[in-house]
Amino acid sequence: MKVGIIRFPGSNCDRDVFHALELAGGQPSYIWWNQRNLSDFEAIVIPGGFSYGDYVRAGAIAAITPIIDGVKEIVKEEKPVLGICNGAQILAEVGLVPGVFTTNSNAKFICKWTELKVKTKRTPFTSMYQQNEVIKMPIAHAEGRYYNDEMEKLQDQDQIVLAFASENPNGSLEAVTGVCNENGLVCAIMPHPERASERILGSVDGLKFFKGMLKKL
Amino acid sequence: MKYYAEVKISLKKGMLNPEAATIQRALSLLEYQVENTKTIQIIKFSLTGENEKNIHEEVDEMCQRLLCNPVIHNYEIKITPQLKDE
Repeated sequence: MKVGIIRFPGSNCDRDVFHALELAGGQPSYIWWNQRNLSDFEAIVIPGGFSYGDYVRAGAIAAITPIIDGVKEIVKEEKPVLGICNGAQILAEVGLVPGVFTTNSNAKFICKWTELKVKTKRTPFTSMYQQNEVIKMPIAHAEGRYYNDEMEKLQDQDQIVLAFASENPNGSLEAVTGVCNENGLVCAIMPHPERASERILGSVDGLKFFKGMLKKL
Repeated sequence: MKYYAEVKISLKKGMLNPEAATIQRALSLLEYQVENTKTIQIIKFSLTGENEKNIHEEVDEMCQRLLCNPVIHNYEIKITPQLKDE
């Protein structure tokens, strides 16, 4: 179960994701942004960080790099793709998931543990949770406020993956903080499952994101 | 022929602008009471092309592919010919 972790200049959660994938039983390896052929991999994770210094908009420059052609191929082949934090911003900028993650309503960088509700279990990443299960994972971002002018469509098509369960710290529309594409195989979430994958970190709730992904392979 | 291009990027009407809200609150700390604060980003560059129309089309493509996000942004493009002695 080979899983590729994409690295851009400025990615900084790549090693955490590597560790979490190993804990979940996968075989992760790193891929640099200038690669185009990802056919060796069964799944792709785009980790968090500040690719290209968040210039233009968070994720905007990573979204036009050669590796995105490879990611689009993976999507076509119906293999799972998970974007975490900056990875989620990148997937939204590419248009692989609907909407955008933009400046937090209080204009601050927010780094804290949050309670989240799992809104659908039809994605591989959420298949091991219960519908509406409340889980604990941290967020760490300045541009995470979800916005989409077609929220109704998103709901009708069951594309909301995660929502803040209590407080809505960044002002996201309807507290949404994770969305997927139509078939549920491309998933973009602002919270960090890799930072909630070992007891010593304070929660193991995030590990099932990776286990679920590997189980479907 | 060389041209100057200026792209003015603003948030769509009704979009929350946390930066502008923060600036407005800071101004009120200095006891300036202002309303409707907005921030607009301007990106400028020069480029070569056949005519103004072609340049405009090219810059419009840049806006759609990188400079703006159509979900939240409006943009305006201004193209002016670059004079020889500039």
